[in-house]
Amino acid sequence: MNAHPALTARQHPVVQVSNLVRSFGQGSNVLDGLDLTIRSGEFVALLGRSGSGKSTLLRTLAGLDEAPAGTVTVPAERAVVFQEPRLIPWKRVWANVALGLRTADARERAAAALTEVGLNHRLDAWPLTLSGGEAQRAALARALVREPKLLLLDEPFAALDALTRLKTQGLVASLWRAHRPAVLLVTHDVDEALLLADRVLILDQGRIGFDLHVNLERPRRHGQPAFSSLRSRLLRELGVEEENPDEPVEELRAPARSRAPAASATRENHAVWAASTDALARS
Amino acid sequence: MSAAVASTTTPSTGSGQWLRYRRYLPPLLIVVLWQVAASAGLIPTRTLASPAMIAGTFAELITSGELPRHLLVSLGRVATGLGIGIVVGTTFALIAGLSRRGEDLLDATLQMLRTLPFLALVPLFILWFGIGETPKIALVALGTMFPIYLTLFAGIRGVDAKLIEAGSTLGLSRREQLLHIVLPGALPSALVGLRYALGVAWLSLVVAEQINADSGVGFLVMSARDFLRTDIILVGLFVYAILGLSADQIVRVLERRVLAWRPSFLKD
Ligand SMILES: Nc1ncnc2c1ncn2[C@@H]1O[C@H](COP(=O)(O)OP(=O)(O)O)[C@@H](O)[C@H]1O
Ligand SMILES: [Mg+2]
Repeated sequence: MNAHPALTARQHPVVQVSNLVRSFGQGSNVLDGLDLTIRSGEFVALLGRSGSGKSTLLRTLAGLDEAPAGTVTVPAERAVVFQEPRLIPWKRVWANVALGLRTADARERAAAALTEVGLNHRLDAWPLTLSGGEAQRAALARALVREPKLLLLDEPFAALDALTRLKTQGLVASLWRAHRPAVLLVTHDVDEALLLADRVLILDQGRIGFDLHVNLERPRRHGQPAFSSLRSRLLRELGVEEENPDEPVEELRAPARSRAPAASATRENHAVWAASTDALARS
Repeated sequence: MSAAVASTTTPSTGSGQWLRYRRYLPPLLIVVLWQVAASAGLIPTRTLASPAMIAGTFAELITSGELPRHLLVSLGRVATGLGIGIVVGTTFALIAGLSRRGEDLLDATLQMLRTLPFLALVPLFILWFGIGETPKIALVALGTMFPIYLTLFAGIRGVDAKLIEAGSTLGLSRREQLLHIVLPGALPSALVGLRYALGVAWLSLVVAEQINADSGVGFLVMSARDFLRTDIILVGLFVYAILGLSADQIVRVLERRVLAWRPSFLKD
């Protein structure tokens, strides 16, 4: 089944990493001879235990880590979205998105990107007035306006409440369809990886220990039989015992959930959170 | 008082106005009591002139042109000293804040000098600079330089490293990082320093003018002492208070404008 465009064309690699080694101080190697290829337009999710070196790898690809050994080839056009939106508080939302653009139409381009993420009504807002979900969408706009060939996402949904997370995941999927950057999404949520990615990798002991092609039709849904079986496989690879395959697995999902209340500090998030618990109560 | 009663019943703006002015009530009350006590002969004018006397003297000093003349001299000294202090403090903070080598070169020295009570340098300054304008301006400059340096340096170093990282993923050059991220990020701290520096500026001026001067508000106060004119002394104090308050107000307005993005300002 080669219905998916990313799989039909044998596209050229945009990321090539070989024998990447990275350690901090006198510690053991966090990345230890890692090899990785990401093709143009491919959506890759990277799973792994906390502390397994996912962020370290992503930072290397982003050019934020200056001291690794090995060969790393990445496109110059790349953009990063972190777990925190990292908007510059003293620049209005549009100026955040336009930051670093050197064309005369920077403001128009920023406005177009913000419209695409549904924030055209917040162009002149101060970042600190945005809700968690809005801020993360602005960060996505700021990344996409650069037309990256490689989009690096380091747990971008982890700090969002459950409903906002679902919406933002959907947004990322549609932005990816529209712009076709190669994506590396770091996550610790197996469902999220299966929902979005063409390939799911597991980082273990400093290398890519597992590489799974996800041949599911999009849009995907939790609970489809093929989805569930891939999910069980990934969980096994991650060393998580599945007691009841239909229940969310707490070991993996707990970190994401425990962060949600912190994000819900803003009023709007509270509202969304309340709405989601309402919805749960009614169903 | 009827206005106040009425305003408590009108919900939004009215009660807001009342809350804003309510805090000026206690000092007003003190002034009234003071006048009553003075009129009743409870406070001899040699100890403390009455508010009415002070007001009269104030008006007199203004119409005679004496107060404006001294005030201009004092303002000139503060402005010059503060200007020098800001330029030097900012320069040092940028050098030390933006490079390790700069920090090694300057920070330890400045931190040591900072612990010195700078007013203790007055005798030395008089020896070095004589009794003209120079020692007065130098004292103001020295006193204001430290708060500017310290807060701007701390502000630069305190800028969130995550924002700087975000800036570099957006392809900002080092210059752009400074312009868009580091310096605006250090501004809140630097403005606290500016406010503090303004306070220090008046303090140094008072000291400098009282020790050795033939003009300025400090001189006016000191010569009034020789004639036991508590009214003039109090006018001087009043002028100092007004100057201090307005300087603070100017910084507040400045903060409101340049830090409009902060949540504390966003709320109102
Ligand atoms: N700047 C750093 N200094 C020292 N150790 C670090 C640094 N960054 C990461 N590490 C270590 O490297 C390991 C991998 O970290 P990280 O890549 O953040 O893991 P993950 O993102 O998979 O949770 C951890 O053990 C962490 O403590
Ligand atoms: Mg991480």
